[in-house]
Amino acid sequence: MRWEEEGMKQNAFIMGNKLMGSNPHAFSLIMPSIPITHTQTPYVTGTSVLGIKYKDGVLIAADTAGSYGSTTRYKSVERLRPIGQNTLVGATGEMSDFQTILQILDRLIITNAMFDDDNTLGPPDIHSYLNRVMYNQRNKLDPFWNTLMLGGVKNGVKYLGNVTMLGLHYVDDHVATGFGIHLAQPIFRNEWNEDMTLEQGTKLLEKCMLVLFYRDRSAINKMQIANITEDGVKISEPYALQTKWDYEAFSNPTVGNEGSW
Amino acid sequence: TTIMAVQFDGGVVLGADSRTSTGSYVANRVSDKIVPIHDFIWTCRSGSAADTQAVADYVKYYVDAHSMELGRLPRVRTVANLMRKICYNNKDNLMAGLIVGGWDPYEGGQVYEIPLGGTIMRQKFALGGSGSSYIYGLVDSYYREGMTREECEIFVKKSISHAMARDGSSGGVIRITTIQSTGVQRQCILGSDVCMAMRWNHDYFYHGLNQRLKDG
Repeated sequence: MRWEEEGMKQNAFIMGNKLMGSNPHAFSLIMPSIPITHTQTPYVTGTSVLGIKYKDGVLIAADTAGSYGSTTRYKSVERLRPIGQNTLVGATGEMSDFQTILQILDRLIITNAMFDDDNTLGPPDIHSYLNRVMYNQRNKLDPFWNTLMLGGVKNGVKYLGNVTMLGLHYVDDHVATGFGIHLAQPIFRNEWNEDMTLEQGTKLLEKCMLVLFYRDRSAINKMQIANITEDGVKISEPYALQTKWDYEAFSNPTVGNEGSW
Repeated sequence: TTIMAVQFDGGVVLGADSRTSTGSYVANRVSDKIVPIHDFIWTCRSGSAADTQAVADYVKYYVDAHSMELGRLPRVRTVANLMRKICYNNKDNLMAGLIVGGWDPYEGGQVYEIPLGGTIMRQKFALGGSGSSYIYGLVDSYYREGMTREECEIFVKKSISHAMARDGSSGGVIRITTIQSTGVQRQCILGSDVCMAMRWNHDYFYHGLNQRLKDG
């Protein structure tokens, strides 16, 4: 009935539907003469996520800060989330877009489960799906302002990769997002090897997270590490790292060169 | 604006200042920034007055229909999610920072914050508005777990009065709404009591506060 349709359109307009387009002209039958662009600025953001493969699976680490510009507004944001049985997603960037992506992935997992054919979605499948979601949003000039990291183990195959907000995606043995690309990746390149144990892998990640805490303005000393193995996803409780400030040179750095920094 | 909400065992305390400004002019010095969405679920509004009034009205309408269909009290989580949906999907056209606080029989007292952009964050206490920047330090040092209703109310009054002292966009009276299973109580803290932050006379202030607490 026509009035129902009108009611639903009104509803959809108010509630909005990001995948349909949040501009009222998206419903218009007349093609607009210029493409509709939405300027998007991130508000509540998460900083780097780090990931490495190790002997038994994949380790991914992130801190729990949600920054609002230069303020650390939220101190307990969970940026690492399990998807299905075998995968973990970590996000950098706008948290509201990440929360929407989690809802989209939820829908994907549930729809897949409804087929009831004992087939579960593994990390490569979810990586591919996320890539399509991010790329299509980017094509509408309305990106999800996130860089997502994906890691998991299924049927003995370890998988680790990234998807950026432009829809660029890649896999590797060790990946990082945000500041981690510049500070942590070089350390990975030097110190990572194929047969790291859980302890060695954790130590490497903690070393890099410490560097990020020292040098990334938006990082805080409260992090979580997720361990994904064939048995499933385990995300640790948030904890803090030991920092080192007691170098002798730190207490009086300008001695002999007064006025310097 | 300064808005705030704190959760305690069995309910929440919501607080807000009362200044609405158009540029340098104070358009309304006694505005009410805490709006009821349902019987036990209220929202603090900050940002554009027009945008937040519109969003609150829509959510009120949807929650009204929802709870009627459900035949029970709505969850605070549901209200917060509806609010988030509208804020997120219209993020390009809205400037709204909201705090949803309420009580439901399923999870007790809850506080959800929805800042610009449409992220939803459940917290033990939440701050919002331009005045909140000035009191992050105060709130971090004063807050502790397991405060009672009275302690939460003092906490909110103290924090908002300090924000009002320093923020030009916050002022007027402090409005407090306390929501518990037994009901909702609204208070309005006027002029002299708000001078907590000014500390004109330390002893008088404390004596006055205790007296007022005893009087209820």
